[in-house]
Amino acid sequence: MKKVFCAVLAAAMIIACLAGCSGGKSKTLNVYNWGEYISDGSEDSYDTIKEFEAWYAETYGEKVHVNYDTFQSNEDLYAKLSAGAVSYDVVIPSDYMIARMIAEDMLLELDFSNIPNYKNIDDSFKGLYYDAENRYTVPYTYGIVGVIWNANEVDEADAEGWDLMWNPKYSGRIVSFNNSRDAFGTAMYKLGLDVNTSDKSQWDKAYEELMIQRPLLYGQVMDEIYNMMESGEAAIGAYYAGDYFTMVDAQADTVDLRFYYPERTNYYVDAMCIPSCCQDKELAEIFINFMLSRDAAVANAEYTYYASPNRVVYTDAEYLDYMGEETIEILYPETGEFSAMYNTYAYKNLPQDMLDYMNTLWENVKIN
Amino acid sequence: MKTASKIYTAFIFVFLFAPIVILLVFSFNEARSLSVFSGFSLKWYRELFRDEATLESVRNTLLLAVSAMVISTVIGVAASVGIDRLRSKWLKTALKTATDIPMTNPDIITGISLMLMFVFAGRLFGLANSLSFWTMLIAHVTFCLPYVILQVLPKLRQMDPALPEAALDLGCTPRQAFFKVTIPEIMPGIITGAIMAFTMSLDDFVISYFTSGAGFQTLPIRIYNMTKKTVTPKMYALATLIFFVILALLLISNLTDDDALRARKERRRNKTKKIRGNEQ
Repeated sequence: MKKVFCAVLAAAMIIACLAGCSGGKSKTLNVYNWGEYISDGSEDSYDTIKEFEAWYAETYGEKVHVNYDTFQSNEDLYAKLSAGAVSYDVVIPSDYMIARMIAEDMLLELDFSNIPNYKNIDDSFKGLYYDAENRYTVPYTYGIVGVIWNANEVDEADAEGWDLMWNPKYSGRIVSFNNSRDAFGTAMYKLGLDVNTSDKSQWDKAYEELMIQRPLLYGQVMDEIYNMMESGEAAIGAYYAGDYFTMVDAQADTVDLRFYYPERTNYYVDAMCIPSCCQDKELAEIFINFMLSRDAAVANAEYTYYASPNRVVYTDAEYLDYMGEETIEILYPETGEFSAMYNTYAYKNLPQDMLDYMNTLWENVKIN
Repeated sequence: MKTASKIYTAFIFVFLFAPIVILLVFSFNEARSLSVFSGFSLKWYRELFRDEATLESVRNTLLLAVSAMVISTVIGVAASVGIDRLRSKWLKTALKTATDIPMTNPDIITGISLMLMFVFAGRLFGLANSLSFWTMLIAHVTFCLPYVILQVLPKLRQMDPALPEAALDLGCTPRQAFFKVTIPEIMPGIITGAIMAFTMSLDDFVISYFTSGAGFQTLPIRIYNMTKKTVTPKMYALATLIFFVILALLLISNLTDDDALRARKERRRNKTKKIRGNEQ
């Protein structure tokens, strides 16, 4: 018995040690990205991380091992990094979190001489509010919120603006966001209010609007919206354009999902940056540059279904062909100058008292 | 009354197993959807075995669970023996309460406090990555330990203290008496404790989430991180496989366990008969 015990213990220790020491002497790059946000080789797609490792070994004659980890929300990423618990070399948070991280000195300025492919980023994605001087970030994807509706149930004539989500004709068929910022956002865009206002009376107005919508709702949801829309359980909902295509891919035969953008709506950008805990800044910049190169950027855009700010992607014949004309029209709408629209309509960090006020109102919406 | 209780039991089983059955069925779905079954296919199983990152997280999870199980079982048995032999009743109660704390403490508090401690220690040693496989292992051993002690301690109390004493009388060294008499006597408790430690470690999410470092993510964390978009049907396939592996293990352990128990009882009965026969 004792021998067996010792043998098992020894074996476990050896395995654990091997796992702990793997990586050896080669360089290591730690990347922290959203889950399901990179082309990972599934369904015969391009395996971005493996391709990078191979390309690096070939170009620099040195092995690099990429630790690719994922997070679920900006707040999770912030918690991990601000505690100083881990060190990542490249992170891909969203705009408002980037603004906060810059303000708290958590990001490093990029050396763009190591990122020559940055020239492919269209000028309309430069000078965005969170990094007005383009010193810290390289945009990865962007998206715009739109309304998704089931054409088998909803009259085409009604499918316009945010009014559709307040239309009593479809009472009990509408789903709305289950987080305060997005829910208030829909009401404020509908009323033409500024979503970053510090005026409490404006928030009160949006609150009234949400209370009007409340009895019409089937539910307030986040990622449950995928299954609800795909199966026809709900008929109207708002979400990101890229996610709409994921739903269309899986919709039931009885469901015919369509999509449009209201005139005023939310814009977001997720961007690559280097946190101050970075261990190898040059390697991180080389990785960012690789992510902007044609093959990787196209594969990632095809995999995630989100729009890319990279000219190499949205002018690529193969990409346009793969996505199809209709998809491209929805993903890359003619909104005019992106940076102007973005800086007007995107969510910015609210001061703490406004956040508290909004959340108090939100709790009332949820209770009633 | 009887039919009512039968219906009640039936409901419990339906609610327990319906989600698993749905998952199982849709793992064979051709499409991505969890609402529309468009045809039978093994596509998601193929995808699963190609997904290096997911397989890696499965390996990580198993490695962590096995290591945490072995270490917490060894420490747990030693701790139980120590606690059992304490003479001071006050000290015994105090120690037992202390070992129960990680079990009764909410996971999130254990997780955050462990993370802060690791970060603090990491800073002290000037490490850039204070969280790693090792910190996760320490965390898992921490919350598995009480379950092992909880299983082993009562077995020690049930054991006739005369048994190891008899072994000593008959010429065993204290070490031999421990390994040849005490350990076999408390073995059922050790095994249950080890299995509990393994399962606790396997399905822990909250504590792992706070103590995981760069380059080492477990399966629960990976699945959680997928929920920004949808969880891909690969995961249904993986869940189905895990379900069947566990089902098989349970069946095997239940079948063999019963046999083993019966055989042991038989032997003991024979022995006592013999002793009684000799006395007469």
